[in-house]
Amino acid sequence: MRSKLAGLLIATSSLIAPAALADVYNLEIDQFERTVDGKTLTGVSINGTSPGPLLRLREGEDVTINVTNTLDVDTSLHWHGIILDAGMDGVPGISFDGIAPGETYTYNFTANQSGTYWYHGHSALQEQEGVFAPIIIEPAQPDPFEYDREHVIILADWLNDSPYKALANLKKRSNYYNYNRRTVFDLWRDWTNADGGEKTDVIQERLAWGRMRMDPTDIVDITGYSFLVNGETPEDNWSGLFEPGEKVRLRFINAAAMTYFDVKIPGLKMTVVQADGQNIEPVSVDEFPIAIAETFDVIVEPEAGQSYTIFAAAKDRSGYARGTLSETPGAEAAIPELGPRPELTMAAMGEGHASHGAMADGEAAGMDEMTMDMSGDAHRGHGEMPAMEHGEKVLSYDDLRALTPYTDRRAPDREVELRLTGNMERYFWSINDVKFGDAGPLEFNYGERVRITFKNETMMEHPMHLHGLWMDLVNGEGDMAPRKHTITIRPGETISADVTVDATGSWAFHCHILQHAATGMFRQVNVIGGVQ
Amino acid sequence: MKPKILIAGALAMATALPALAAEGDPVYNYTLIEADIAEIDDTTVGAFDAQGWVGGDYNRFWWKTEGEFADGDFEGAEVQALYSRYISKFWDAQIGVRYDLEPKGETYGVIGLQGLAPYFFEVDAAAFVSSSGDVSARFEATGELLFTQRLILEPGIALDFYAEDDPSRQIGSGLATAEYSAQLRYEFTREFAPYVELAYEEAYGDTADFQRLETGSADDTVFKVGLRTMF
Repeated sequence: MRSKLAGLLIATSSLIAPAALADVYNLEIDQFERTVDGKTLTGVSINGTSPGPLLRLREGEDVTINVTNTLDVDTSLHWHGIILDAGMDGVPGISFDGIAPGETYTYNFTANQSGTYWYHGHSALQEQEGVFAPIIIEPAQPDPFEYDREHVIILADWLNDSPYKALANLKKRSNYYNYNRRTVFDLWRDWTNADGGEKTDVIQERLAWGRMRMDPTDIVDITGYSFLVNGETPEDNWSGLFEPGEKVRLRFINAAAMTYFDVKIPGLKMTVVQADGQNIEPVSVDEFPIAIAETFDVIVEPEAGQSYTIFAAAKDRSGYARGTLSETPGAEAAIPELGPRPELTMAAMGEGHASHGAMADGEAAGMDEMTMDMSGDAHRGHGEMPAMEHGEKVLSYDDLRALTPYTDRRAPDREVELRLTGNMERYFWSINDVKFGDAGPLEFNYGERVRITFKNETMMEHPMHLHGLWMDLVNGEGDMAPRKHTITIRPGETISADVTVDATGSWAFHCHILQHAATGMFRQVNVIGGVQ
Repeated sequence: MKPKILIAGALAMATALPALAAEGDPVYNYTLIEADIAEIDDTTVGAFDAQGWVGGDYNRFWWKTEGEFADGDFEGAEVQALYSRYISKFWDAQIGVRYDLEPKGETYGVIGLQGLAPYFFEVDAAAFVSSSGDVSARFEATGELLFTQRLILEPGIALDFYAEDDPSRQIGSGLATAEYSAQLRYEFTREFAPYVELAYEEAYGDTADFQRLETGSADDTVFKVGLRTMF
């Protein structure tokens, strides 16, 4: 009764900030020793663990978070997807100076939204070293779907080596970690498997990759990860419990540094109800891809007496994260096959393929003659995916429809084109062919509505995250366009998002693959005008 | 005296690097060393070929060295210290100095182009001008053919050109020598890769004549066993 009353108060007037809705949280960033799959490394923890502690906030709450740095280097925490004042966003060099060793920094913000989010380090590669954790903001009014119980499923990739060393290795030799390159025997196999007339295509295709100096097996930059569910390996088998007859809400967060996952729970339909913390029209799926930094909330209805594997296959199929939903701790269920490793394939040279778009590379002229396609990659649920052949539904961006239209439905005042670019051979990444260190800030005017059009001219998928401002995904849903903090763009794809520029100050805008952000696919956005 | 100048130059470039880092181009480094031995005319001949860089994505200090020794004596040894500048997606332009320690001390100015050509050929092309004004050029290219992920065949070609005859060094103008090689290595790790290499060396033009006078032959086939390491 009392909580209902509190909820009513917030609902009736957001001007009233009840004293009860304020809390203080204390977090400490420190080194810790961690053994994963038999190898002990030094990582970075929040309050001694990774993932760090769940922050469970309430919509309307005035949040105070004291973050103490016990490391001997600077640190920071960023509240991913939370709309707040620019100074509280936690990006060193843009929002603030960072938190020096031994110092405590106090973040203050009001939680003016609800849903599933996360927080993570924004200094060096500390996020990859373990600095991430979930945020749940309970809505002032109940969510428009029912559930009896919930679990956070935070997915991660733990590297069996220092991420700094991994980056140094990539700078020395960009295919340092690729032990799946094509051999002469692969060529022989393709040649013998091809029908007469297609044999020349096999050679043509191989030559085309060579001409572009690109490698179709270059799916991820780094290998050697253990894939984790809530910090636990597949062998540890994280266990999520349910009681017979319960509807269970699973809050998926992809906190990986380099890994996209394809998530399924064999035997269960998943009803997707939230994307990036925003309620959407429920979509029933068998599988959903989750890009780095995205969140998806799903409702499942497990049957009594059954156990179910939560299976998150790494996009390159080098492994999987796994947990189990069951009535008893430690139960197990069958683990699905990982399936074949995907390879980038080149469609017939020079042939148009509108749904994916031709890739035009600014510097390598040969690339614009090519169209590419991610075979085996089920990301957008386009027709050719293997899973679809069995009649299974894979979530796609086209399925996302906001549950309620957002207030600003203006047509964009102008368009900003951001070409996602990079140099795989040298291992640096850029936007419009310019690295962060050499680029000035992007300037948005307070109050305007800007259309950002991403054109991915690289061979890798990029999850682009804009701080401080929502991106309304232009996916054909018009007024019901879903609102996202992270939008992933596939190789060769062009995607737009409309942004209402309603928060002043300086914001970070970057690819959430950490090694890409660190090597240049990053921009500062300055919002000109407006008041905090 | 001259090696000291080289070292001073290298240090000057190295100390300039932290400034680049401050501009958002962090400093990384790379070293590749190949060392092998071969049995030639009952003599054990050792050879090394190494290069590396220190710097950011656009500006690097690049060094190269190679040499050969037989019976404990160096028969040829050179070092290069270069400023390497990223000029396009796959290419660096390089400028600097080369110093030959053996067979006789000589300093050269170097201008070159190094990078990755279409079809994944690693290319290193450079022109040299000696302190006495002699002009020469070198072109090297290697490719890669994977039998497995770790068993790799690397065909290579190295060509040396000279602008003018130099009888004192048994060199004729034009294409003087070529080496066609095939290295088969096993990459236990990227850092540790033993190899065997078959190299066919042939002299052309006047250079071939000089060599025939000296040894009775203008070509040679050499089998090498070596180790490649990178870090």
